[in-house]
Amino acid sequence: MKRIYAEEKWCLGCHLCEYECAYANSGIADMVKALKGKDIFPRIKVEDGDGVHFAVNCRHCSDPICVKSCIAGALSRDGDGMVLIDKDKCVGCYTCVMVCPYGAIMPAEGGKVAQKCMLCTDNQMNGEPNCVKHCPNRAIVFEDRG
Amino acid sequence: MKYVIIGNSTAALYAVEGIRSVDKKGKITIVSDEKHPAYGRPLISYYLYGKTDLEHIAYRPADFYEKMGVDLILGERAVKIEPKEKRVLLQSGKKAGYDKLLVATGSRPFVPPMEGLEEVENKFSFMKLDDAFALEKALSPEKDVLIVGAGLIGLKCMEGILGRCRSVTVIDLADRILPSILDEGGAAFVQKQLEKKGVRFLLGDSAAKFGKNVAYTKNGKEVPFDVLVVAVGVRPNTELVKDAGGEVVRGIVTDDGQRTSIPDVFAAGDNCESFDISSGTRRILALLPNAALQGECAGVNMAGGDAHFANAVPMNAIGFFGSHIATAGVYEGECFEDIAPDHYKKLFYKDNELKGYILIDCIERAGIYTSLIRNKTPLSEVDFKLLEKSPALMAFSAAARREKLARRQ
Repeated sequence: MKRIYAEEKWCLGCHLCEYECAYANSGIADMVKALKGKDIFPRIKVEDGDGVHFAVNCRHCSDPICVKSCIAGALSRDGDGMVLIDKDKCVGCYTCVMVCPYGAIMPAEGGKVAQKCMLCTDNQMNGEPNCVKHCPNRAIVFEDRG
Repeated sequence: MKYVIIGNSTAALYAVEGIRSVDKKGKITIVSDEKHPAYGRPLISYYLYGKTDLEHIAYRPADFYEKMGVDLILGERAVKIEPKEKRVLLQSGKKAGYDKLLVATGSRPFVPPMEGLEEVENKFSFMKLDDAFALEKALSPEKDVLIVGAGLIGLKCMEGILGRCRSVTVIDLADRILPSILDEGGAAFVQKQLEKKGVRFLLGDSAAKFGKNVAYTKNGKEVPFDVLVVAVGVRPNTELVKDAGGEVVRGIVTDDGQRTSIPDVFAAGDNCESFDISSGTRRILALLPNAALQGECAGVNMAGGDAHFANAVPMNAIGFFGSHIATAGVYEGECFEDIAPDHYKKLFYKDNELKGYILIDCIERAGIYTSLIRNKTPLSEVDFKLLEKSPALMAFSAAARREKLARRQ
């Protein structure tokens, strides 16, 4: 299965992926209307250090501890190996936040449920991850690495 | 191969998935004394709170049992294991023969002897969906509720019902709330939040005697109530294994493959002990993730695989009315603390390892801390100063980051 991988040596720390993520998941076609003047709640997060930057989002683990820890059965793994969250089942206990070793699952806007990257299969991008598509330096890629 | 699983909650379901990851064909039978298909057990408070409903509370899709080839026997209690004959006797008189058996019987409410309790008509436990239904029927906006027990179950029950009754009073012998997961400061922080919501606490006190609609406390208070919830604690359901000659200390004793001391009998979930790597002790970790991991491990081994579950740690994510608490490990060793009016954070470290944490209203990315505890990562290998501030992958070496972010996990 294709997953998103981060290549930190190429990351400029521009945070564009965070905006592209927030836009992709906004449900609004116009990017300016979707983002201007608003707080964003992206599912990808860029960490910035001393000359080091990299993006972190769901690793879609083969043995996902978040799925096994979910008290609601809201997290699952589909046939291809993508880790999914069903927001209608999520009760926002954040046990998943407590167990994800990557810090890649987080409270959604409003704080009532958790959210995570679903590789843009659940939004207007039809499975083409928008963060990867707009990364100016190919610091995040969408590839099958086994 | 014939598999029998006693119990139908988290450990049982993960055992089914564990079995099926190895053996697609063997016959699996689940026997449960509850009459519902599996539901998210901790969700019973969210059901009363209105954050889930009967449609969404199911822990697996409706076709799970059929797809997994499970013969589901509900509303039937297993009463005896006969290990020589390799069969389980059921209350109805039926027998279920097994090649491999999993005992995933969980725990039950512990109700200590309390004088006059038998006079109380409207009294409830809070462990099962049926308990939630019964409690729901007794609630109305003019009812006062007394909850005995300020632990995880008692307080989640409180959250579920506070908006559905006139008042909730919580009484506990302990001098603080959530004593199993919070230190004094953390407990006081959360208690203040809850008191602002209108909850009344009587701590360091206990119900010495009950009348029909009143509790007389040890400290001389009289607490009238319409509805009583007893959430003092739980006891593991170990009797089936114990009576069959299996080793039981506090919980059922297993090896790290979830095998009990009885051949071909496995145990998983809140009825058995774990080796807690953060404290280095065997103890019952009655937590949903632990039940899932034990159940899956048991299932794989029942089907002839080779699984080990060897990094159990206590961990709890809980919250009330929009606040969020995450805790893990043990609170021993040196402590880093960051306490402010809007959050409370303590990290405990010893012997070059993170041993535990308490995070209140600052839980973002807490899993990075949890992974340090579970993996026993030497703190000399990470930038702990950075981690004190907030959990970040930046604290790991470039090679470790590459391993995490540029490779398949």
